[in-house]
Amino acid sequence: MASVTGVSVADELPGPDGRAPLAGDGARTGRLGDRLFGGAAVGAGLVVIGLVTLIGLFLLWKAIPALAGNEANFLTSREWRVSGDHPRFGIVEMLWTTVAASSIALVISVPVGVAVALFITHYSPRWLARPAANLVDLLAAVPSIVYGLWGLRTFGPTFVPVQEWLTAHLGWFPLFSTTSISGSGTILFIGVVLAIMVLPIVTALSREVFAQTPVAHVEGALALGATKWEMIRTAVLPFGRPGVISASMLALGRALGETIAVTIIVSALSQGTPWTWSLLNGGETFASRIANNAAEFDSPQKTGAFIAAGLVLFVLTFVVNAIARIVIERRKAFTE
Amino acid sequence: MKIQRLGQVASVALMGSIALAACGSDDNTGTAAAGGSSSSSSSNAASDCPTGTLDAEGSSAQKNAIDEAIASFQEKCAGTTVNYNPTGSGAGIKQFIAGQVDFAGSDSALRTKPKDGKVETDEAATHCGSPAWNLPMVTGPIAISYNVKGLDKLVLTPEVAANIFNGKITTWNDKAIAAINSGATLPSEPIKVFFRSDESGTTENFTKYLNAAAPKAWTAEPGKSWTGKGEGKEKSAGVASAVKATEGGITYAEWSYAKDNDLSIAQVDNGSGPVELTSEAVGKAVADAKPDGEGNDLRLKLDYATREAGAYPILLVTYEIVCSKDKDANKAALTKAFLTHFASAETQKSLEDIGYAPLPAEVQSKVETAIAALS
Repeated sequence: MASVTGVSVADELPGPDGRAPLAGDGARTGRLGDRLFGGAAVGAGLVVIGLVTLIGLFLLWKAIPALAGNEANFLTSREWRVSGDHPRFGIVEMLWTTVAASSIALVISVPVGVAVALFITHYSPRWLARPAANLVDLLAAVPSIVYGLWGLRTFGPTFVPVQEWLTAHLGWFPLFSTTSISGSGTILFIGVVLAIMVLPIVTALSREVFAQTPVAHVEGALALGATKWEMIRTAVLPFGRPGVISASMLALGRALGETIAVTIIVSALSQGTPWTWSLLNGGETFASRIANNAAEFDSPQKTGAFIAAGLVLFVLTFVVNAIARIVIERRKAFTE
Repeated sequence: MKIQRLGQVASVALMGSIALAACGSDDNTGTAAAGGSSSSSSSNAASDCPTGTLDAEGSSAQKNAIDEAIASFQEKCAGTTVNYNPTGSGAGIKQFIAGQVDFAGSDSALRTKPKDGKVETDEAATHCGSPAWNLPMVTGPIAISYNVKGLDKLVLTPEVAANIFNGKITTWNDKAIAAINSGATLPSEPIKVFFRSDESGTTENFTKYLNAAAPKAWTAEPGKSWTGKGEGKEKSAGVASAVKATEGGITYAEWSYAKDNDLSIAQVDNGSGPVELTSEAVGKAVADAKPDGEGNDLRLKLDYATREAGAYPILLVTYEIVCSKDKDANKAALTKAFLTHFASAETQKSLEDIGYAPLPAEVQSKVETAIAALS
């Protein structure tokens, strides 16, 4: 990620002898230290690749027999009956809940996180910047079960009036229509709690990239008569954009996979509840449904069905990351 | 200066560790002495207290009960450790069959009919090298708990309960509820049904009850996952706290959760008058259950539709599943000692405070006979 660390354009040019930039001269000294370090680095890289591949294979291997026995369409069915002789299960409901809640989390946490990062790097007085940054980082250290209990008992009841206001004034809009869910066990509410959980990730990474904006860019903008806001808009934000996107994707990954807080807060739907697009409806995410039922995996078929759901989450995370990579690459092409 | 401070820190740390070490060694001698004295002073109890570790796993419905029994057992027998891992009935049976644990706790007896091509009873017998027995140990009544302001007493018949939980009755002042609760002031607010979103033995037993006592109103096959209407919450704690927080809420949960959350509990009328949830009423229903196994295999067939006057019909019986002849003699002795303690009238009585009902005398004596036959 050359663009994030602030490497200048000159570094990207090929060397005089046509070698790739920053590749070194390729000389091998054959010294022990070189070989050990090189080997360790390669090994570490291979371990990660191997690990991800093996997890993927494990999921596939466990999921395929269950999917073969499934009598409903796995991708489009809303049913979830995994035991018995005629299993019928599909993931569309979990997919919707997972994606909707994570999207809400990002919509809230990215602007707020970027604003907090800008405050810390550019607006706050020097004595406040470090404590403020540490406090935000501290949010990341709170265990998710605590967020769950806090959300359920403390934050939830105060959030209910917001939901009531939404249904009363924006109820005509499908996303905010009334549902039978009581209290705060809604997709919207878990989105808000997830936003708070991922906020430190967005803030910490954005802060790092904003702080690395080349001083020349900043001073150049100011010298041309830009106000502070214009300087941020023309120098800091474009420079930090790939970093912010990376941060968002990392945050999204956490939101997609968050388990225990969601399990505690959300209201599950009973079988056969009519479909609605409302964010004020309940539902279960992939992770929460798997975690909630993990204690009762008593047959390979049932286990396989849940693992198949886990596989979809795995693929979803992959796709999201791939999209993020593409976006970052394209941005780089535009800005440089 | 710096060195001096470092020295101070080091000396404090040293003092601390010495003090802790002292505590540690004290403790060790203490327990050793206690263990020795208990086995020597009560020489007749020595055989009841074999030393070693017993591992068990299974139903979370009996977790509090077994924890209580373990605490009092280890007080009596200082040399023994009993671990219970409440991972769920399915997981417990699986671990038992795999030989990972010494006995399993389960909400339902081992299956005698094949499921996915496997018969649990046979698998367990293969693991044990002898038949595995289901010993009823803890009876946990399921309370229909609700939260309606000003409504302290509510009577439900199986039909009305089934219709509430499958979404046909939607308001508290529905005619069907009013008809069996004459004199009660029923509000016109909607009924909010909460169910267990995880698969659970409580759901299974509750739906078995609805299906057996009101077969016309509750037609869905009883099972561990909820087939009625409502909103799902995680585990018993989740549904109970949801009802507590929601005016008009109703759910089914183990008695202890209803008690802990101060929820009102409905009386159940199976046809011979409303029955309040009490230990005696539950004991009566358990005593009324028919034995379903052979000899010392004490699986019970609960009659949910019982019309026995004063019997509270919605309950779950959790079993301890053990090898009738354990391959490991020491483990067998340990299991026997612990279960004898668990089944004793004294321990059973102590379970009442934490939301379970003691086994009725006739069932308890059968369980004791079976435990005595373990080897």
